[in-house]
Amino acid sequence: MSTDELQSESIQEYLEVIYKLSQNADKVKNSEIAKKMNIAPASVTQMMQRLSELGYVNYYPYKGVNLTVEGRRIAKKMVRRHRLLECFLHYILKIKKDRVHDQACEIEHTLNDESERALCQLLKHPDKCPDTRNPIPACDLKLSSCDECMKKKRRDLGEIGKRDQDVISLADPALKEGQKARIAFIRGGHKMIRRLLDLGITVGATIVVLRKAPFRGPVEIAVRGSNIALGRTVGSSVFVEVLGV
Amino acid sequence: MPSEDKTSMEAADKQLVIALAGNANVGKSVIFNHLTGSRQIIGNWPGKTVELAKGYLRFENYDIEVIDLPGIYSFSTFSLEEVVSREYIAFEEPNVVINVIDASVLERNLYFTLQLMELEVPLVICVNQMDIALKKGLIIDIDKLQAALGVPVIPTVAIRGEGLHDLMEVAVGVAKNAPQEKKPLIRYGAEVEERIEKLVKFLKSIKLQLGYPLRWIAIKLLEDDEEVREQMESESKEIIILANQLAIELEDIHQEPCFSIINSERYSCASRIANDSQINTEIEATLSEKLDRIVTHRVFGYVVSFMVIATLLLWTFLVGNFLSDILSQLFGFFQPVDPVVSGPVISILWNGAFGGIVAGITLVVPYIIPFYLMLTVIEDSGILPRVAFMMDSFMHKIGLHGKALVPLILGYGCNVPAIYTTRILETRRERMLAALAITFAPCSARTIIILGLVAAFVSIEWALALYLIDIFIMFIVGRMAFKALSGETTGLIMEIHTLRVPSFSVVTKQTWTRTKSIIYMVFPLYILGSALVQGMYAFGFLDPISNFLAPLTVWWLGLPAIAGILLIFGVIRKEYILLLLVAIYGTNLALVLTPVQFIVLALIGMLYIPCISTLAILIKEFGWRPTIAIALANLITAIIVGGIVYRLLEFLIQSLIMI
Repeated sequence: MSTDELQSESIQEYLEVIYKLSQNADKVKNSEIAKKMNIAPASVTQMMQRLSELGYVNYYPYKGVNLTVEGRRIAKKMVRRHRLLECFLHYILKIKKDRVHDQACEIEHTLNDESERALCQLLKHPDKCPDTRNPIPACDLKLSSCDECMKKKRRDLGEIGKRDQDVISLADPALKEGQKARIAFIRGGHKMIRRLLDLGITVGATIVVLRKAPFRGPVEIAVRGSNIALGRTVGSSVFVEVLGV
Repeated sequence: MPSEDKTSMEAADKQLVIALAGNANVGKSVIFNHLTGSRQIIGNWPGKTVELAKGYLRFENYDIEVIDLPGIYSFSTFSLEEVVSREYIAFEEPNVVINVIDASVLERNLYFTLQLMELEVPLVICVNQMDIALKKGLIIDIDKLQAALGVPVIPTVAIRGEGLHDLMEVAVGVAKNAPQEKKPLIRYGAEVEERIEKLVKFLKSIKLQLGYPLRWIAIKLLEDDEEVREQMESESKEIIILANQLAIELEDIHQEPCFSIINSERYSCASRIANDSQINTEIEATLSEKLDRIVTHRVFGYVVSFMVIATLLLWTFLVGNFLSDILSQLFGFFQPVDPVVSGPVISILWNGAFGGIVAGITLVVPYIIPFYLMLTVIEDSGILPRVAFMMDSFMHKIGLHGKALVPLILGYGCNVPAIYTTRILETRRERMLAALAITFAPCSARTIIILGLVAAFVSIEWALALYLIDIFIMFIVGRMAFKALSGETTGLIMEIHTLRVPSFSVVTKQTWTRTKSIIYMVFPLYILGSALVQGMYAFGFLDPISNFLAPLTVWWLGLPAIAGILLIFGVIRKEYILLLLVAIYGTNLALVLTPVQFIVLALIGMLYIPCISTLAILIKEFGWRPTIAIALANLITAIIVGGIVYRLLEFLIQSLIMI
């Protein structure tokens, strides 16, 4: 049996829903899934048992489920493809924002790695999907940066931290000077992430946005007592949760 | 220097090696200078010290060798500096390491301290810049810090020399007792420690000799440090498998990469110690912060950036011109009006050599000193990172980020240190792009040509115009190279330090150091070169060369045939172009060249090839092929632009005459 058969469309759909629901909770209840997918709770329970057998979720009867590492990987990939497709539909095909979601839901399952990557390159590595403004997870193609992706070199691409619904990147115009925020999620090349970590830009660290240079210039933040300037490309890979002024 | 007499215990006892380690811009180099009085470049921007600087000092009957390690934030292997530092500390085993930390950025600095402690070296902490911390409203409890770390902590204000004597006393004391003392350890979270223990146990069982402490190796394996992993892989496959397994366990617990877990552990530790040992008082915005707001203002910021560069150049032009005039008048008394081209060989050579000295004093010194003085003031004030911040998006147009502006501005002084400084950039590609741009930067030697030829004999406006043309060409060539040279562009990640009033002693010392190094390099070359050329001219060796290059110099560039010689010698030092012209024709060059020829010659001189010292550093840093590519890019640009400008100017003059 090939993995493609295992990951049938509905399995992917389920994993994606669990992934989204588990952003805010440790375990996801069957009833929540049933509600979100508009399916009878009994079928959900049956499906959860199957997913558990396949090793995609940990199933705790009467408590709910959470994703295994493998399940999470597949779900993330689906979410990524979904949001990339939304970008494509909206920015390239000029389809209205409120109509891209359903279309993307249908196409996402037939996309393969190659077209996913081509799409990402075409769209110049977008940060967020157009409709709900949620961040697009990084790809799992073992690349060190988006630039390297373009040059087809292979290394490790990573992300750290938890991606919540309401995080925005440091390059986001919505983030104003003087705003306090907490680092929630960093993605990008291995080297860049380690450099940021060494400078104290770690997940959970509180920062203050000090300045944003004009002409899409760098953003300067205060973190752990020091001031650090991050260019826009770096800034757009660091996501924060706004804490107020 | 005491002899290396290992048989005498007493002599061996009295020698110590002390290494200074810490983040960039914490004042390590200032301390180093204070201790050793040696020559070290100190600047208020990160990444200056790349090679290990050594100095010597005598203290309490000890001959002490002080090593200034590069400023780094971590002991990973992502930069050469990090690798050099960790290998030095582990393998050279200095008697004591002084960890200089910035009192005003305690937490971030302690993150590095914790890593030093992992290396289990005899350690003294020097909390420097206590004055800046106080201005920021931070009061540091030295005793608490000392108790938390378990190593001696000394507060200092290095720029005023405060606390340095205490620091040395304590450091020597630690060095004396170092071998017996047990090194304090900082413990991380239980689940991490448990796995470190397991690895250490395994490492002990296989009895490895790597020079590093076992605990450090264990931590680095969990962090997936490439170098350590490769070294260990050749020793024992099992340890790698075990480390991977333990790392995965940790990743499952924390749901994040293992390097990030250990990083968080260190930071939470650093944060705890920092918070326990400092009191944060609320204060009003300091003068430096207010200034900072202007310097990085969305409008004034650009005005300031522009002014920084313009001031540097105008100051050099004006003060240099003024000094040059005075010195010329003084020396005019001695200066040979006409070069000696006949008579005894000795007098020809003497005449040439003397001409070289005069040219050096009247043409070089007056420009070098004011330039370096202003450059040092600008560097030491910490304004350059702000300029880099403002200019980042423009620098991206030539494939570089804001930080590359720092070496580029240095390039206006001399290309050699500027190219060396490109080491602050992340990738080889960025360094090469920056180096290419730098070779087009009008360094002080080229400034001398422009001033000596164009400002003196055509007009000051034309001299400025040449500068603008040069910057424009730098941009165009930079952009072309950026498009041609494939590779990744990294984003800007740069610490921005507090603005400060430049220290008088640092500025004067450094200006002198830089000027001295130029003078030492330049004068012998001038004297020899000038004598040699005058001799060759007198004996008619120069004509064949001139004639050979004539199609290029005379036909395409419209220059006199002698230009071929000038340009060949100009490779040694760009000023030779001017110097030799004077050596051959005397001081009144207006009789020899037309205004158009002045302009074209200056333009070619500016662009055509990096001087020999620059070529040498290019080869050292990048190898032969990139150096040849850069030199060719220079040469081709110069020939194309020179020919076009010559024809344009001729055409303009013709049209003006017609009207």
